[in-house]
Amino acid sequence: MTSPIDTNTALADLAAMYRIRHLEEKITELRKQQIIQGSVHLCIGQEAVYVGARGALTDDDRVFSTYRGHGWAMACGVPAEGILAELLGRETGVCRGRGGSAMFSAADYGFYGENSIVGAGAPIACGAALSARVKHEPRVALTAFGDGAMNQGAIHEAMNFAAYLSLPVLFVCENNTYAELTPIAETVRDPELHKRAAAYGMPGERIDGNDVAAVRACMAHHAHRAREGHGPALIEMMTQRLVGHYYGDMQSYRPRGELTAAKQHEPIVRLRTQMLASGTLGNVLDDVEADARTYIESAAAVALAAPMAACETVKEHLYA
Amino acid sequence: MRNEASSPPTVQLSFGKSINAALSRALVEFPETILYGEDLAKPGGVFGVTKNLQAEAGALRVFDTPISETAMLGAAVGAAMTGLRPIVEIMWIDFSLVAMDQIVNQAANVRYVSAGRLSAPLTIRTQQGATPGSCAQHSQNLEAIYAHVPGLRVGIPATAQDAYSMLLAAVQCDDPTLVIENRALYHTEAQDVVIDGPIESAEGAHVVRKGRDLTIVTWGAMLHQAMAAAEILKTEGTEAEVINARWIAPFDWPTLFSSVQRTRSLLVVHEANVSGGFGAEIGMRVQAELFGMLSAPVERLGVDDCRMPAAPHLQAALLPNAERIAERARKLARVM
Repeated sequence: MTSPIDTNTALADLAAMYRIRHLEEKITELRKQQIIQGSVHLCIGQEAVYVGARGALTDDDRVFSTYRGHGWAMACGVPAEGILAELLGRETGVCRGRGGSAMFSAADYGFYGENSIVGAGAPIACGAALSARVKHEPRVALTAFGDGAMNQGAIHEAMNFAAYLSLPVLFVCENNTYAELTPIAETVRDPELHKRAAAYGMPGERIDGNDVAAVRACMAHHAHRAREGHGPALIEMMTQRLVGHYYGDMQSYRPRGELTAAKQHEPIVRLRTQMLASGTLGNVLDDVEADARTYIESAAAVALAAPMAACETVKEHLYA
Repeated sequence: MRNEASSPPTVQLSFGKSINAALSRALVEFPETILYGEDLAKPGGVFGVTKNLQAEAGALRVFDTPISETAMLGAAVGAAMTGLRPIVEIMWIDFSLVAMDQIVNQAANVRYVSAGRLSAPLTIRTQQGATPGSCAQHSQNLEAIYAHVPGLRVGIPATAQDAYSMLLAAVQCDDPTLVIENRALYHTEAQDVVIDGPIESAEGAHVVRKGRDLTIVTWGAMLHQAMAAAEILKTEGTEAEVINARWIAPFDWPTLFSSVQRTRSLLVVHEANVSGGFGAEIGMRVQAELFGMLSAPVERLGVDDCRMPAAPHLQAALLPNAERIAERARKLARVM
């Protein structure tokens, strides 16, 4: 079952997902060459979550993601050039090389940042929602986290905090079925994580996170509800990552055949198949992909040509 | 409009009431402030420090929270990143440990990691120290832990005036700031407090007693013990200079160095454990900076590395007091 689509929206979604996919592939290439160093957490396979969810929000809304956040940043409209420059330690990086792959932000785009502590972004998103409440602004705050974070105390404190104050917070659980390297089902009694919302008196639902239109529709509903003052919701989006937890993760813990099967259901393949079936020509879709690749290639060229962040500025930004 | 020509009024306030007055003023002068914590709004706080503030500023801005320090402090980070100036009460500093992630990993990183594109102007009000019968999880002095973290400011008021002025300085400051009070001081005798004066910046020590023979630097409740010790020493012909450090991050090194240059000897006193206490940092810096001028090695006095027992007489066996400070000062004088 896949949600019905509108061709223009679907083309835009496909383009957005391809841009994320090619960004991640470019990062993989640069990491392999050691031009980018350190751990990178890629989101290949989970693109529909970002594009669908952000597609249901406005430019005034605020997004708080995990360290697997490149896709969220792109969905918020952060230019790929600024992201790549950040990972490359350039002066033109969105955080002048201070954030890196796992901790950058770009608040001008409503992207309030990645977080490298599992679950820690949820209470922070509550604060952004509190700001909106106090200032009478119709903004919502979206906090994304993985299935593993559902076992972190901060998430539970945040869900109760948002619920008791009826704050406009959207708790998005990207359930890719692995808490880092351990299957989530091995560390919980009940793997239907969305049910936990009931304990906090808020709606919780599980949806197909690889169906971009379904993600958008669901998030639009809950964002509207939150904006109207009816409080938070927990949306569990089922997806799969097609790569390791981090670059270099051999994924020996994944059962044989799991990845092959996942590749049949991943969001880009899904949307392409659906669009072809509804009459869009294959070469139109190929052009969309080619444009995305070109966009990322030129962004990478610009980022690579930018100056490195200057060492004499390393102690800047510690205090006001 | 305040009349700039007239000096601000002085009123008699206890330490606790000074805090209340500062919060009341902050809620008026900074419309972006919000104030929350456990039992803070309707009950007015377990020490009565926040009484009437919800009535003054309204329930949208002053409210009670669940017992969820991580949610409280995380929400403060998010609210501060998005234009508010939250003031959060953590009832006991020991409780901050369950939410240390939000202070150390989150708040302290906001400005630096975003290259100054975001900031976290939040104030954490908390209190620490041993009082008779307080258990080991309600008596720790943890200032050195937070002073160790770049990006944070840490202030420890010792007087009613400090309680007022330093809290307002913290609220006005655009950095995440901890103001660590001492509950033993909340209900002490009212003192003259200048209110409604200009808000100072969140830094700076005060020389509170002049003396030529040695410098005693301390903060928080220990200031009062140090002042009493200075009186004892005076009767013996030793004139101690006493510095109320007030802010330990950033620490006011110039004020301390200039005092030690004159007295040529230093005793650091804190209620925290000695090993890894902020006194270690002070001793090291002073010895590195003023080695040739010192007439004796820097001395420090704190709790001799122990858990804090609940029984009052056992606590008293560990805690620095005026007599012990004086004794350590005499030891320093003998070496000189």
